[in-house]
Amino acid sequence: MRITQGTFSYLPDLTDLQIAAQIDYCLDQGWAVGIEYTDDPHPRNTFWEMYGNPMFDIRDATAILLEVNACRATFPQYYIRVTAFDSTHGTESVVLSFIVNRPDAEPGFRLIRTEEPGRTVRYSIESYAVQARPEGARY
Amino acid sequence: MGDMNTPTQITDAKKRYSAGVLKYAQMGYWDSDYEPKATDILALFRITPQDGVDPIEAAAAVAGESSTATWTVVWTDRLTACDMYRAKAYRVDPVPNTPGQYFAYVAYDLSLFEEGSITNVAASIIGNVFSFKPLKAARLEDMKFPVAYIKTFAGPPTGIIVERERLDKFGRPLLGATTKPKLGLSGRNYGRVVYEGLKGGLDFMKDDENINSQPFMHWRDRFLFVMDAVNKASAATGEVKGSYLNVTAGTMEEMYRRADFAKDLGSVIVMVDLVVGYTAIQSLSHWCRQNDMILHLHRAGHGTYTRQKNHGVSFRVIAKWMRMAGVDHIHAGTAVGKLEGDPMTVQGYYNVCRDTHTEVDLQRGIYFDQDWGALKKVMPVASGGIHAGQMHQLIDLFGDDVVLQFGGGTIGHPQGIQAGATANRVALEAMVLARNEGRNIKEEGPQILRDAAKWCSPLAAALDTWGDITFNYASTDTSDYAPTPSVA
Repeated sequence: MRITQGTFSYLPDLTDLQIAAQIDYCLDQGWAVGIEYTDDPHPRNTFWEMYGNPMFDIRDATAILLEVNACRATFPQYYIRVTAFDSTHGTESVVLSFIVNRPDAEPGFRLIRTEEPGRTVRYSIESYAVQARPEGARY
Repeated sequence: MGDMNTPTQITDAKKRYSAGVLKYAQMGYWDSDYEPKATDILALFRITPQDGVDPIEAAAAVAGESSTATWTVVWTDRLTACDMYRAKAYRVDPVPNTPGQYFAYVAYDLSLFEEGSITNVAASIIGNVFSFKPLKAARLEDMKFPVAYIKTFAGPPTGIIVERERLDKFGRPLLGATTKPKLGLSGRNYGRVVYEGLKGGLDFMKDDENINSQPFMHWRDRFLFVMDAVNKASAATGEVKGSYLNVTAGTMEEMYRRADFAKDLGSVIVMVDLVVGYTAIQSLSHWCRQNDMILHLHRAGHGTYTRQKNHGVSFRVIAKWMRMAGVDHIHAGTAVGKLEGDPMTVQGYYNVCRDTHTEVDLQRGIYFDQDWGALKKVMPVASGGIHAGQMHQLIDLFGDDVVLQFGGGTIGHPQGIQAGATANRVALEAMVLARNEGRNIKEEGPQILRDAAKWCSPLAAALDTWGDITFNYASTDTSDYAPTPSVA
């Protein structure tokens, strides 16, 4: 399966040129760009590891793309996303987030149903990769 | 406007309060020199006086009947600070190019209103006056609330920013669809549609306004099957998914019961219809705040009083009220779809939902500045007769903070519901990508869609089926200040 978190996951994987264009857009809006990676892509795993702090002071898409590629070289089998932050009052949150790297094989998730009285079912979602191996050895 | 013959306030108290009938202007409900205070609530009415009724006297009557007046003088006024309690009509302008109609501005002292109650605002401002005989018609066009009053409302329980954080979806409109047919599906069949739509790429599915608990599908059955579909789709995609479970019911107790069950099953969102009333909406909003729930509002019934320009309440007022009452989503029009809505007027509704500070914008029907005092933002929902072929227009009109709901445009797809959902999601992401790259999507949109359709056969099929469908009918509710197209 293909995990479809992030803004552009239904499109073919973005080229470096396309990634740089999106970063340019973020910088033009005055946003700060950050890079995050994980090997636990559970839909509610909010806090992926930060590949450094958001780059508040780097206003050059080429330089940020170098960082993206350095992260990819370090973690080739991890999920990596580019995330933009807007500090404007009334927003002060993430405003764009898209995946730029994913493992070769994505085994996906198991839906665990715990049956309870009255036909109620408790649901939880478990990643096959996370369940199989510890952090750092999953993909 | 001023008329030398308009009666003015009688200042001699003995004359003013002697028994009998006076003109409203004589009673003190018209004051052309009045400077609205920063703490006043302001209302703009469009009035159509009966033939022979002076527009200023009509405006004074509106101010009177929506505040302290009755048809005759009452001495008991003199037991109160009645000068303060009287609403003041302070400005009357003829509506441009519309003989017989006038814009009447009325100011109300803050003390006339109960804190944190939209029901009280509505009972005051639209309680009696719309049936008033000297007016042929009246419409509440816009309102301004002082921040002091705004701060008495908790507002949306979640708001756009937190909703996105909870759903982990940023930088693009959200996608939804209403489950169809809206009546008749069993719980099992209904859940099938929900699963297919969500797995195909939608973020939300939605109950329709009239899905409550009918003989063909008991509400508990719907909730159980829908939540199985939601969780299964979430596991299949790795995304947070939701389906608006409509908790609208005959009593507040029953609505709470249904909302509690939705929470027990792990739903991220519940839904309610506008017809339940403002008090019920505020109660449910507070429940949502307590239970980390997003609240979706379907504006069922609004067309009965928002659509005609001469009489009723503009939807921009309803949108303001609902932001204060505290909903997270509100249906606010599509402009390009099957339901009423002139594009600029609809943009005005969207701005009211999403601005931190709304500026006067006559072309979009916004007559007052409004400081929202950090009240959370409401996510507008565009739903009704829209399809993937309009994606560039929708994103150009509404930007990112909107839920685009393609019901027929998903479920009616020739290759099935999943394909319909995928077509919409691909069209959406391709358009956002192109816009961010600096392309002019308004002009290049159709080409951007055709290019994506080359590698996405569901999108190609969607464009083949609906690409030419448009709903080009004249709107009834348009701006009075729209620029006249120049004749070349």
